[in-house]
Amino acid sequence: MAGSAAPEPGGTGDTAGPLFELPPELAIDTGVARRVMVGFIRNQLAQAGFNRALLGLSGGIDSALVAFLAAEAVGPENVLCVLMPYRTSSTESVEHARLVVDRLGCPSDLVDISSIVDGYFGRNGEAGAGGATAGDASQLRRGNFMARARMCVLYDRSVPWGGLVVGTGNKTESLIGYSTLFGDSASAFNPIGDLYKSQVRQVAAAVGVPEEIIRKAPSADLWPGQTDEVEAGFTYPELDRLLFWMIDKRRTDEELLAMGFPGAAIARVKRLVAVSEFKRQVPPVAKLGPRTTGVDYLYPRRRPGSARP
Amino acid sequence: MQPLRIALAQMAPRLGVLADNLERHHGTLAEARAGGAGLVVFPELGLTGYQLQDLAAEVAMKADDPRLIELAAASAGMSAVVSFVEASSDHRLFISAALLEEGEVRFVHRKLFLPTYGLFDERRFFAAGDRLRAVGSRTGVRLGIAVCEDFWHLAVPETLALDGAQILINVSSSPGRDLAAIHEVGLGTAASWRTLMRTYAQLTTSFVVFCNRVGLDETVSFWGGSEVIGPGGEPVFTAPLFDEGLYFVDIELGDVRRERIGLPLLRDERPELHLRELRRILAERTEMAIDEASEPPNVRPARPTGAVSTPDAPEKD
Repeated sequence: MAGSAAPEPGGTGDTAGPLFELPPELAIDTGVARRVMVGFIRNQLAQAGFNRALLGLSGGIDSALVAFLAAEAVGPENVLCVLMPYRTSSTESVEHARLVVDRLGCPSDLVDISSIVDGYFGRNGEAGAGGATAGDASQLRRGNFMARARMCVLYDRSVPWGGLVVGTGNKTESLIGYSTLFGDSASAFNPIGDLYKSQVRQVAAAVGVPEEIIRKAPSADLWPGQTDEVEAGFTYPELDRLLFWMIDKRRTDEELLAMGFPGAAIARVKRLVAVSEFKRQVPPVAKLGPRTTGVDYLYPRRRPGSARP
Repeated sequence: MQPLRIALAQMAPRLGVLADNLERHHGTLAEARAGGAGLVVFPELGLTGYQLQDLAAEVAMKADDPRLIELAAASAGMSAVVSFVEASSDHRLFISAALLEEGEVRFVHRKLFLPTYGLFDERRFFAAGDRLRAVGSRTGVRLGIAVCEDFWHLAVPETLALDGAQILINVSSSPGRDLAAIHEVGLGTAASWRTLMRTYAQLTTSFVVFCNRVGLDETVSFWGGSEVIGPGGEPVFTAPLFDEGLYFVDIELGDVRRERIGLPLLRDERPELHLRELRRILAERTEMAIDEASEPPNVRPARPTGAVSTPDAPEKD
């Protein structure tokens, strides 16, 4: 793998233009990033006493990249890709997930979550386990339920598979809170959680994630036609640049304005980040005893004796 | 001719597993001896791992701990620098680096600067050392031993060189971060360290030996890239990033003499000037503790004349 330091906005496709837009300040050395993330996966598994991993493969770029990295870390035969469509999920999602499975040669599992979700919200006028009013649930409630149903499936599958669930959320969605608490954000560890979406694209291109997956519009696919960028009201390159300067480079509002970011965008992103702070932290515990976990009882997760025997 | 073979143990310790890491050190010392090394350098907290948090107290050793003495015995015929959590008799914990020679713990340097910012939280768990001196060694020259963050403070390499060190040794657990394509080797941390180390070697006209660990503790990946830099500031050897290994580097200590004769920077240092000005600065800092910006001018306490910075002001000694 060439650790090219040059920003590499994609092998310019024959007709469709560059594969993705990469703001220059976000360009990373993909060789170093790949090395760190692959080592991280290998290490997290080994320290916990595992050599297998599993992940929810959605057909999108984030989980595709994680599948590639995990396969490199522990071998494709040790990475279980679980496809978990709902009946309204786009067929393209499953096709793209299959493309990744075929390319890597990983084992895969297909679990249709429709009956789980419909069993709760009901279907065709029949009430589900959630009761009569659950049928009126908003798309948001249903979407969150789906994300959590997928989490349940993954954690259940992790037992017979004997592996750990690898997280697939990126830094952009984590910072703006575009994730479901205890849903898609649940994992044993996350190798790509400190990469902005633009950087996910850069690394994905470098490790060989299929072009059609890199090129398509990112979507949570929680309802038909949903796309991240429409929902957020920003393009990823715009959002990533703003977050990078705001958070990583600690620029003040005045400085961001002077750099040309619109005031409304700054205000909106700041609010999204603040309001989702709770999603990025473990739940607080009321301090009562002499030593409280996370407060003044502080041990590394991977302390001696912590590995599965 | 004063050749010296340095062995850089760019290793990945197991977090909190002292027994394993001791065994690794013994193995590496044997390998270094077989390879003809005169000086073996292990990274910061190579015996314990870095992100210890509350484990620190559980893996701490006194400097006369039999396990360290055994390591010293195993390094007979060589000089070895190993790093561990040191417990003092009054129960403070230090991040220490020990020089082992002729079967004994010859010298211990306690980390002076404990980063407690950004991703670091050292001051929460450790006490800071307060002694900085070079130490004579069986290599034939004095060594200046420091730990990681110590070398982010100019006075440390300078003081060690003034104390006669000809080889400055920095043992580190530097977490790799700031991945940006614009940086040398793609890693902001590596770019900064290399700039510092080469500058110190040049300004102190000394060899600089930088031993940085690899592997991961929790979320952070340590980047390795250990180096030996000549007294002219040019790297003699650069270890690969992230790869574990024992790397042998031959240096010629006569290079220090040649460099210092050609470029007598150390001869021309003026520690007495430095000391005088430091005393003045310290005296003035006492005054600076008053936040003048928040006090109306008419209630400001009068400043002692000695602190007025005019060229003719009398020196306060």
